[in-house]
Amino acid sequence: MTLLTEPAADPKAAIRAARWKEFRSFARRFFRNPLGVVGLFIVLVLIFVAAFAPWIATHDPYMPTLTARLAAPSAEWWFGADELGRDIYSRLVHGSRLTLLIVALVIVTSAPLGLIIGAVAGTRGGWIDAVFMRITDVFLAIPKLLLALAFVAALGPGIVNAALAITLTAWPPYARLARAEAMVVRNSDYVNAVRLAGASEFRIIVFHVIPMCLSSVIVRMTFDMAGIILTAAGLGFIGLGAQPPLPEWGAMISTGRKFIFDQWWVATVPGIAIFTVSLGFNLLGDALRDLLDPHLRQRK
Amino acid sequence: MTDNLPRPLRLLLGFASWLLTVAITLVGLASLTFFIGRVLPIDPVLAIVGEKALPEVYDRVYLELGLDKPIWQQFIEYLGKLLRGDFGISYSTNRPVFTDLLSFFPATLELATIGLVIGVALGVPMGVASAYWHEKWPDHLIRVIGLIGYSVPIFWLGLVGLFVFYYKLGWVSGPGQVDVFFTGIVPRITGFILVDAAIAGEWEVFWNAVSHMILPAVLIGYFSLAYISRMTRSVMLDQLSREYVLTARLKGASEFTVVVRHALGNAAIPLVTVIALSYGGLLEGSVLVETIFAWPGIGNYLYSSLFAADMNAVLGGTLLVGIVFVLLNMLSDVLYAALDPRSRSLANK
Repeated sequence: MTLLTEPAADPKAAIRAARWKEFRSFARRFFRNPLGVVGLFIVLVLIFVAAFAPWIATHDPYMPTLTARLAAPSAEWWFGADELGRDIYSRLVHGSRLTLLIVALVIVTSAPLGLIIGAVAGTRGGWIDAVFMRITDVFLAIPKLLLALAFVAALGPGIVNAALAITLTAWPPYARLARAEAMVVRNSDYVNAVRLAGASEFRIIVFHVIPMCLSSVIVRMTFDMAGIILTAAGLGFIGLGAQPPLPEWGAMISTGRKFIFDQWWVATVPGIAIFTVSLGFNLLGDALRDLLDPHLRQRK
Repeated sequence: MTDNLPRPLRLLLGFASWLLTVAITLVGLASLTFFIGRVLPIDPVLAIVGEKALPEVYDRVYLELGLDKPIWQQFIEYLGKLLRGDFGISYSTNRPVFTDLLSFFPATLELATIGLVIGVALGVPMGVASAYWHEKWPDHLIRVIGLIGYSVPIFWLGLVGLFVFYYKLGWVSGPGQVDVFFTGIVPRITGFILVDAAIAGEWEVFWNAVSHMILPAVLIGYFSLAYISRMTRSVMLDQLSREYVLTARLKGASEFTVVVRHALGNAAIPLVTVIALSYGGLLEGSVLVETIFAWPGIGNYLYSSLFAADMNAVLGGTLLVGIVFVLLNMLSDVLYAALDPRSRSLANK
């Protein structure tokens, strides 16, 4: 109550304290959801493994050992060896970097792109809105994987092109989200107050509309990361993603495909890695949505 | 503005604006494939003829593609060709892409349809159960099953399925549509192998095809199940918290009546949209599944065209699936309007 009646001695400190309290209560509620904690753990392990890959790996991921070709899992080759005698475990460890790289590339490009398009469309309205939303609908109307396939087929295979292609398919949901949020706030009192104070439309969009979308965007991003991992792996599997000898997980399954009946570990182990990581992001996303989604929060 | 027009005219206007939206989306789709095929490659001619082509060949293809004309004129011509069903010639099969697509499409459609039936038959009851026992163990179990479906790479699950059920256990047949010595026995009438076998009365072929189809269909079905059960759950949660459910319970209706007749009855309308959309998702998912199971559908066609650098075929296939997507969206709009009494009264407003 003291906060309301008399101004705090140091308003910045008060804000910081309030934020800290908010964060603590958020963390407490998050840790009550065991599945979300599992998801967070998986994601943290992925980041840790990617950061310290050279120390965690037991072999050089590119070094063939011809005597160990297609070796079964053993004390020396933890998850076996592939058709050139490269250690699958070490390749998995190094592959985590590629996975994170693609995810990061797609997220940092697609989310801001979608946010800006959606926020501009929602704030300005009128024909800008109509045109932008038509474009969004066209992109939403095409199946993601196929569009990505066609793009990479035209651009040429490779990790950056794959990420670019996935970006082109990943931005429309963000635009939708941001537009819906912008339409709600664009005529709210506080936005009108800022507008009266002389703020430019650009300032309104960047400082007053986009921040309102962030919590839904974070939830969406977490789910998206699982989808991006799967699409990237699919492209890698088809041979349009990372090129050999890069240890990309989808491409590893693709080479292991020939040996699925006799040396099953070559193809199955990378799949388990993809599955685990994508499950981790999905679990985390589920838990975050329960906490952050304003629509769900209202219902409870 | 349109409020004082007579009702049939208003409906017609609504229909026209809806049709316009669909048309714009389709043109947008075509401009996207045009962009990918003509603008994105540095030299579309080289992409077709390869680097070692003779100058005469290069010039001929250059003129055939109409690259000497301005880009907007090229686009108009491209649209005109599409309208006539001319998707270009596939450079790997040397046949019109459209003919190719028509001959490969039924196999994909058959697989996706059976997958969808599996997904709906299991996914809707699972979603209802999940919502009914909200936050209890059945809910958690079903959510985890769904989440696994969302997280697993479909091509990998196909490989593991082949390894376990075909190679180790021998319960199902391997890749392909039928065994080698059964191929070509059944005359092709509809393109759906099961239907054709039944028409021809070749039951041996029929059951062989079933044993080939069961694994990919269950796989595809699992993925739509994950989506459908999740959406059913959220729609049902919303319905079960409404007051009419409480009213029905107070009046002494049985739980079955409350949940299935009242709540699921109301949930059915949004679910139709969900199911129509997941059908489109299945067509896409079948690309990866078909390559694993050597299934002679669109997915496999796209896959082999990609390796032949056959852009006409790749873009034609993308366009076809995109058009089916848009049509399914349209269908779900129409179904929604037909099923929901409120949207009808809204149109009458």
